[in-house]
Amino acid sequence: MLRSALAVLAALAASPAAHADFTGKTIKIGVLNDQSGLYADLAGPGSVLAAKMAVEEMGGKIGDTPIEVVFADHQNKPDIGSNIVRQWIDVDGVDVIVDVPTSSVALAVSAVVKEKNKVFLASGPGSSDLTGKACSPNTVHWTYDTYALAHTTGQAEVAAGGKSWFFLTADYAFGQALERDTTAVVKAAGGEVLGGVKHPLNTTDFSSFLLQAQSSKAQVIGLANAGGDTINSIKAASEFGIVKGGQKLAGLLVFVTDIHALGLQTAQGLLLSESFYWDRDAKTRAWSKKWSEKMGGKKPSMVQAGVYASVLHYLKALKALKSDADGKAVVDEMKKLHTDDTLFGKGVIRADGRKIHPMYLYEVKKPADSKGEWDLYKLVKEIPGDQAFRPEKEGNCSLIAGSTPAPAAAPAAPAAAPAAKPDAGSAK
Amino acid sequence: MLAVPIQALFGQLLIGLINGSFYALLSLGLAIIFGLLNVVNFAHGALYMLGAFVAWFLAEKAGVGYWGALILAPLAVGLFGAVIERLLLRRLAGLDPLYGLLLTFGIALILQGLFSNWFGSSGMPYEMPSALQGGRALPFMFLPNYRLWVIAVSLVVCLGTWAITERTRLGSWLRAATENAALVSAFGINVPRMITITYGLGVALAALAGVLAAPIYRVSPLMGADLIIVVFAVVVIGGMGSILGSIITGFSLGILEGLTKVFYPEASNTVIFVVMAIVLLVRPAGLFGKQA
Repeated sequence: MLRSALAVLAALAASPAAHADFTGKTIKIGVLNDQSGLYADLAGPGSVLAAKMAVEEMGGKIGDTPIEVVFADHQNKPDIGSNIVRQWIDVDGVDVIVDVPTSSVALAVSAVVKEKNKVFLASGPGSSDLTGKACSPNTVHWTYDTYALAHTTGQAEVAAGGKSWFFLTADYAFGQALERDTTAVVKAAGGEVLGGVKHPLNTTDFSSFLLQAQSSKAQVIGLANAGGDTINSIKAASEFGIVKGGQKLAGLLVFVTDIHALGLQTAQGLLLSESFYWDRDAKTRAWSKKWSEKMGGKKPSMVQAGVYASVLHYLKALKALKSDADGKAVVDEMKKLHTDDTLFGKGVIRADGRKIHPMYLYEVKKPADSKGEWDLYKLVKEIPGDQAFRPEKEGNCSLIAGSTPAPAAAPAAPAAAPAAKPDAGSAK
Repeated sequence: MLAVPIQALFGQLLIGLINGSFYALLSLGLAIIFGLLNVVNFAHGALYMLGAFVAWFLAEKAGVGYWGALILAPLAVGLFGAVIERLLLRRLAGLDPLYGLLLTFGIALILQGLFSNWFGSSGMPYEMPSALQGGRALPFMFLPNYRLWVIAVSLVVCLGTWAITERTRLGSWLRAATENAALVSAFGINVPRMITITYGLGVALAALAGVLAAPIYRVSPLMGADLIIVVFAVVVIGGMGSILGSIITGFSLGILEGLTKVFYPEASNTVIFVVMAIVLLVRPAGLFGKQA
């Protein structure tokens, strides 16, 4: 059953582009994510709306060239995702691919976008390999990554005395990267990893895995999973008395939508890190309110905020460049311009494609302290971007290793593409 | 990972039994419906989800707690099922079962789509009733009271349903109508009404499973879609339409899945389908089905 729902959203009055060199008469933004599955709430239609809000803010066009937003559902499958992207770029004239949660899909998409020399703005995926061994001159990784999660939530748990760990890991690129990056943090602090379980993506019942975690006697159970999987793990852990028994849960990637679904009663006290929380300051509240009005009162996740900010920055680069023909040149322009938006503040995009901004360590509120349905977090501390994200030199990104300087249009180092393939399973 | 302590093994067996309870409850309803209506009810997962959502609505909007929902939700969803049967499924009676399958699959997609649209995919929290919170420390594991309750309810309901179909007059009519509906109606039994009631009952069982699942899993629009494929595998393995078969297979496959989670967790969501493939090769009618 082939289901690639493709809908044109912001089709604006098409006036022919006279001066600027934009391919295909419109600037086409393709939001590719999970529209109906376990990641649909943290990305999904909310990301499409966020992209539209960025387009609106730019006035709906650049010069005379209208901007259009289209979207599709990749169903968390790398083959479906890369097929849609090929179709978008080859047939539909899409210029930039946005969001793409699920790291396995994102790695596949990154390879396709590089091959076609378009632009990939990654907000949803976590794998730090996107700016590491699988980095690409056409990819910007915006919102967060597994290294940052490990060095914020993971680090905080280690600092609080959690020396022995057991991992519940979603069995795909993202989970594996998160486990790897967190293990490095734990070991660097002199801790040890006692074991772990790799569970299939989208598992309903975690009790069996938690029982294994329990008998490992580890101090901390690290949840290297996301979305519905994290919700189900935390629920079952509370039911099976894991936390009462003295073991701590570390939700390494927890979104605001997950906490909302869990309820504060179950989630209270959990430490987590995000690069965006709707209630952080007046600006984030104002933007979230606007978003919320069109989403039935929900609040945006950091992924959706990242979609808005990355699209906005992309459009600023196009405005400066007056062309979207050469994807790599657009990304180079994005790296040259400093980023500045209401949600993430001022920041930079490094040569390896990593966007740098602060990460925030939050604690989930007790039910008594919460003033509303979405009043969920208490700020613990802000971690500056240069401490949260991986130093450029440690990522093994081919764009950094002296031999291939970033601006060169010459063949990108061979390491990138093959490295992406085992996870990506792309057709080539 | 091979040196699994015997204590952990007991724990996993018990957890497998709990999951098996859900499989058994759901596959039981499917088996009954297939037995009498010859309909492969693909809407079963969506109706299980509906049961959980009705419980959530009752708690959220009407202040009716878990115990009330345990009765009211299956009743409401059962009625909804009866309406589906009357208005839609009945029109397909006598046609290729494929039409029923397509219709119910369509109903499932519509229900899931509507609820995803209204509630998003993360789902809603549902409080566990206070009487069932906490748990007991067994020598080999901590067993939450609620899970024990799930096993108990499931066993009672499954055996009760089996007893009704095998030991009562209503059950004998039911079985007779499965064999030859025309003859049974010639004896003055209102077969169409019996079919409506049966479909309603099968659907109510799904809703009951949904209410049981609400406090431990998420009340989420996708909860049924995640489960329904596994449950179908259970029914196929047990033998389509075999009531006792679906109960026994439900519990044993839950246990098998639990064991897989210990020895090779990566395969835990495929093991049931491997068994299904083998059973189809060796005994195409299923373990408890009548060989054609």
